[in-house]
Amino acid sequence: MNQLQNFTKGFFKENPILVLVLGTCPTLATTTSTLNGMGMGIATTFVLIGSNVVISLLSGIIPDKVRIPAFVVIIASFVTIVDLLMQAYTSSLYQALGIFIPLIVVNCIVLGRAEAFASKNTVLSSFIDGVGMGLGFTMALGILGAFREIVGSGTIFGYKFIRGDGILVFILAPGAFWALGYLIALVNRIRRT
Amino acid sequence: MEYILIIISAVFINNVVLAQFLGICPFLGVSNKVNTALGMAGAVTFVIVLATMVTYLIQIYILNKLGIAFMQTITFILVIAALVQMVEIILKKISQPLYQALGIFLPLITTNCAVLGVAILVIKKDYNLLEGVVYGASTAIGFGLALVILAGIREQMELVDVPKGMKGVPISLVIAGILALAFMGFTGIVK
Repeated sequence: MNQLQNFTKGFFKENPILVLVLGTCPTLATTTSTLNGMGMGIATTFVLIGSNVVISLLSGIIPDKVRIPAFVVIIASFVTIVDLLMQAYTSSLYQALGIFIPLIVVNCIVLGRAEAFASKNTVLSSFIDGVGMGLGFTMALGILGAFREIVGSGTIFGYKFIRGDGILVFILAPGAFWALGYLIALVNRIRRT
Repeated sequence: MEYILIIISAVFINNVVLAQFLGICPFLGVSNKVNTALGMAGAVTFVIVLATMVTYLIQIYILNKLGIAFMQTITFILVIAALVQMVEIILKKISQPLYQALGIFLPLITTNCAVLGVAILVIKKDYNLLEGVVYGASTAIGFGLALVILAGIREQMELVDVPKGMKGVPISLVIAGILALAFMGFTGIVK
């Protein structure tokens, strides 16, 4: 596999949310608006790149039997870094995402890429894999967030374009489940043809 | 009274899966049959109660005392992973039937975000130890409730002719959405 394919596979062919259906918790919870969704995506991307690079650097050193706890510690360290950075510089986003920032540590995508890809590949391809997968994740969150924001509150990036209110249910919990359900169904349909 | 409020609020109003979006992966993954759903719910309840207790004590007596509260994420995830492993070993020694029933679910629970989520929320909400344990247990019951209801519906869905692209995850998400809508009816019971 060349590096370009390695980079682009996260967007469609192996998109973590739309195809592999991993990391659904932050996907549903943080996509109440485009900005929140993409913020979550970028935070996860940072963790993914960091953990992928460090794990592929250490892949020869970590003994096979304790590799999962070791991966978890590395991931948790990057999550703590992101947590502190966001608290300092993006306070309102930090408030909006709340508990889901520390919960990046149990996001299946991050540990999944560490185990399936970074521990077996070179540093460069692990880095590219992290960027691709992270941006694929961000893209899916952005699409879902934009849809829910447009339909639910009639705004896009906070700019209001209709008079009155949107369909409130799409901002609330049920709308999150429906939007993701139909988006995955749509992707299934496109992939088959 | 206070405890009853915590229980009702955690089971129905702020249901962990349908309102707070924690633990969606097992919610979609093991909700094919009611029996497996019950097993998973039992294992999660067990681990959440234990983990809440241990992480609470660690936060109060170690992290806060030493002034290293920022180590919370790393410490909690390690404690939970170790705890799950320990429970698995102890169950295997003590009770073979219980191990058979819960054993296969235990390794999956480490990455269940409901466990870590509840541990962090208990600290965030400033509960004391007993309130924290009650909150953890009722959250787990809420998780079990949602899981068993979805499993019951999905068993019936086997007989329905679902459009091809909607099979599996998408239709489960749509059902979960309707369930969430139903649970929204509980809003406002507790002021």
